[in-house]
Amino acid sequence: MVKKLSDQPQAPPLLQVQGLVKHFPVRRGVFGRGAVVHAVESVDFVVNRGEVVSLVGESGSGKTTVGRCITGMTEPTAGTIRFEGQDIAGNSRTARDSFRRRVQPVFQDPRSSLDPRWTIERTIGEPLNAYRIGNPEQRSARVRELMDMVGLPTYLAQRRPQELSGGQQQRVAIAAALALEPDLIVADEPVSALDVSVQAQILNLLSELRSRLGLALLFIAHDLSVVEHLSDRVAVMYLGRIVETGPVKEVYHRSRHPYTKALIEAIPRPDPTQVMSANRLTGEIPSPVNPPSGCRFHPRCPVAIDRCSTDDPAPTVFGMRHTAACHVAAMQFAAESHSQPAKDPR
Amino acid sequence: MTITGALLELRNVSVDYVGRNGSVSAVQDVCLSLSEGETFGLVGESGCGKTTLSMALMGLLPETAKVTGEILFRGADLTIMSESDRRELRGDQIGMVFQDPATSLDPTFSIGSQVAETLRAHRKMSRKQAKARALELLIEVGIPAAETRYTDPPHRLSGGMRQRVVIAAALANDPVLLLADEPTTALDVTIQAQILDLLAGLQKKHHTTNLLVAHDLGIVAQVCDRVAVMYAGQLVEVAPVAQLFADPQHPYTRALMDALPTATHAAGALRVIKGQVPDLADPPSGCRFKDRCPHRMAECEQLPPLAESANGSQVACWLHPATRAAAGRQPLASISLTKGGEKVV
Repeated sequence: MVKKLSDQPQAPPLLQVQGLVKHFPVRRGVFGRGAVVHAVESVDFVVNRGEVVSLVGESGSGKTTVGRCITGMTEPTAGTIRFEGQDIAGNSRTARDSFRRRVQPVFQDPRSSLDPRWTIERTIGEPLNAYRIGNPEQRSARVRELMDMVGLPTYLAQRRPQELSGGQQQRVAIAAALALEPDLIVADEPVSALDVSVQAQILNLLSELRSRLGLALLFIAHDLSVVEHLSDRVAVMYLGRIVETGPVKEVYHRSRHPYTKALIEAIPRPDPTQVMSANRLTGEIPSPVNPPSGCRFHPRCPVAIDRCSTDDPAPTVFGMRHTAACHVAAMQFAAESHSQPAKDPR
Repeated sequence: MTITGALLELRNVSVDYVGRNGSVSAVQDVCLSLSEGETFGLVGESGCGKTTLSMALMGLLPETAKVTGEILFRGADLTIMSESDRRELRGDQIGMVFQDPATSLDPTFSIGSQVAETLRAHRKMSRKQAKARALELLIEVGIPAAETRYTDPPHRLSGGMRQRVVIAAALANDPVLLLADEPTTALDVTIQAQILDLLAGLQKKHHTTNLLVAHDLGIVAQVCDRVAVMYAGQLVEVAPVAQLFADPQHPYTRALMDALPTATHAAGALRVIKGQVPDLADPPSGCRFKDRCPHRMAECEQLPPLAESANGSQVACWLHPATRAAAGRQPLASISLTKGGEKVV
């Protein structure tokens, strides 16, 4: 497999998602008329080669659905997903197959994503089998190489998942995902079922694999501390929309969107001297069956103005690749840049 | 009856789950005391025994669990109390909030009637009085439009709202002790913050003593006054919260803090704890952390006693002068905890 590493600006990003929409029809009552869950509404983002991009948000934000659209577990309602510039939906079957090989999922709970009857060797080797790669000896050698890569002792090869700890099981899932040498791993909450000390091991493993194999990672998570630690860039989702995106330090320390601010302030810091802010987001995330008009966040927003309930805000650019979709933030930003034109942009 | 200053005191409490093929030592020789009005945190990773210990306290362990030692609640030993007396205490003087509000509420009854039921189970009250009081409680815990929602079944409510109902039921009979086992683990972070605020506010108002069982060190740091850290069924450290985070005394506590992901650690550079939690069906002798500890010595084969050190925290580790003094041993020349374990990928 020869791939050109190109730094030319024209080179298309590894993964480009544009205008992604996913609606799920639901029935209300026995003879109820069909309602629609607006799970993902017009989502755009890019993952470059070797980059770790995180999608964060609370339950119902649509982050998992985005991941499932990319890994082909669900069909998008609208929008395009391009891999190295190629639209995966418009492609032939063989081209789609090759895309599937290069994008691999890792799930939250290894206990339910691994087949309990299969040995570790069979689980990790299954993708090679499915794509008929190599002969049995070559496959077996590759499985051992993969086990070594994820830090699993090879004597575990003939064991079954229930004989392994949670952390080891997640290493098996990661090894299986790596079997076909993907360019992108889509990991949905890969550490949230694990204890802190085990979580640290898996996070270290993911960063190590990324630098060693040049893997890109789309990391889907609700734990903001984990995301801050691991990611280059982050996209914050609320009710099917990306409300803010940018380099992780920018988004965490210079948040523009009031939802991002509230989310970050709500993290209980493991430091008693850093007292939690008393600002609280009130209410709860509304139903995606009937999302609010205008900005979807406006009913809970502490700074909402009249316009927010009618006009859906477009993303405003606040800095290098940092955007947020908020009328109030955009107005404040315009005022800042107007009043202090010569300010050192530190 | 023993008189103690503490609201709750555990003396050498051990819990073993006895099965056909031997037993599992889930909690070993735990000594703790909770003072009135404090929020006490019990932390540790999966399988450390924190939930078993809290269930022992409530008398809700299965038949197969053998509890030894004394659990003194206002001086009365719960372990020798009759089942009917314990039932009297639960939901009355001791309130409970569990992790999953979906399973702690009955799906077939309205939320209001479940709160009213808790009242009537322990108090002589007419249905009408109970209903009026239940409604007040729902309002107090912040159920919007409580009057119309009173008759809603639990599934009509969000997870956060359901947890509010559970809290209302737990507080219905003005308990002196509130046990909350992972009360916000199933909730989103912004809702978690609301529930933690609610619990703190209610504590101030009702002067309860709160026992919070949690795995999230962030929550513990933010809401607790004192914290006990458990590892593999043993209590390794008990300290005021500021002390615990600023100056952890036990190597396990230190390692746990170092494993937390932060922005200041470069990605991939988290310290991890080598090895795995021991099998409690065949626990190692002495300190159960010793096989993973960077400071392991010959003395770790013996169980170190929990002893109070100069800075006010209690620690069970042979490295510490306090533990050594409690066992009548000379202090070691000098100690300094190495950061975490090694970096293991």
